[in-house]
Amino acid sequence: MAHDVIAPARRRAIVRDGVTIGLVTGAYGISFGAVAVAAGLSVAQACALSLLMFTGGSQFAMVGTIAGGGQPFAAVTTAVLLGVRNAFYGLQLATRLGLRGARRLFGAQLVIDESAAMGSAPELEAEGRLGFWVTGGSVFVLWNLATAAGAVGASALEDPGVLGLDVAGPAAFVALVGPRLRARRPWAVALVAAAVAVGVAPLVPAGVPVLVAAGVAVVAGLVRPGRPGVGDEEIGAAAVEHGPPPHEDDDRDGDGADGAGAR
Amino acid sequence: MWPAVLVASAGCYLLKLAGLSVPDRWLADRRVQRVAGLLPVALLAALIGLQTITSGRDVVVDARLAGVAVAVLAQWRRAPFLVVVAAACATTALLRAL
Repeated sequence: MAHDVIAPARRRAIVRDGVTIGLVTGAYGISFGAVAVAAGLSVAQACALSLLMFTGGSQFAMVGTIAGGGQPFAAVTTAVLLGVRNAFYGLQLATRLGLRGARRLFGAQLVIDESAAMGSAPELEAEGRLGFWVTGGSVFVLWNLATAAGAVGASALEDPGVLGLDVAGPAAFVALVGPRLRARRPWAVALVAAAVAVGVAPLVPAGVPVLVAAGVAVVAGLVRPGRPGVGDEEIGAAAVEHGPPPHEDDDRDGDGADGAGAR
Repeated sequence: MWPAVLVASAGCYLLKLAGLSVPDRWLADRRVQRVAGLLPVALLAALIGLQTITSGRDVVVDARLAGVAVAVLAQWRRAPFLVVVAAACATTALLRAL
């Protein structure tokens, strides 16, 4: 535990950020519940998606496909394809979280954009674990409550556009990706990925553009940094991420070791 | 619709579980590390682009773009998460009300 202690101020900041993300995402969940019912799902089906699928992008993609007249098979495929990114988040979090048995079975359900960002951002592993559980837990609770509320009150909020709730998602993604853009390579990957995704959107089924964008990261990651000797630097630039909002590292206490083997 | 809901949910859960369950040695490869570090950047950026200026398969520029632009500005000024999101929603809602 010696090098695994979180300063009280940092602990409060992480909990506050995680709960805030839960509240914001919850507000977004109201629109999901409403959109799902408007797409023809029952209240129970909308709630089941938030409880069992629990990954907003896939959920919106699924009900969007259904609303657009897509077959259930297409809706399932789109949702699952969009969920592939969670596997990569898990890949990134696995060592840090060190989950086994039942904790892994439960923790896996909490692996989403927001918890992955908060979990992988801090350099200190204990802070990452706290960020993951607080963010994942608060989003899970509030997302599900909000879905139920939105589904039940669907008629009152049938068009989430009126409240601008449809930009809550991309705005939240801006806040999540912003702190990661501290080097040239992630900037380039972000711009190319966004351009490619939008560019292929008219050509391929919903959900696929995001996967094509994932290919941009794969290609960029597989290409070795040009000059010999700068490889580590480039890896560091890509791997070091800072959570939203960025915190200064001033009050971290004596953690030269990286918490290896702490769990 | 229930089978679709349940099958898709199971698929998404298994993907999450798979990510946490692959062997540690997969992470030892530096290329995997680089890809894992860049993936969220690419995916989040793609989602921003898609949810800002596309609707279905069409590229559509509307009040969402202004909202997300405000979010970018707020993020650049290091505004708190809630401010970034609230400012974006308010901007879009306001433009639509005009």
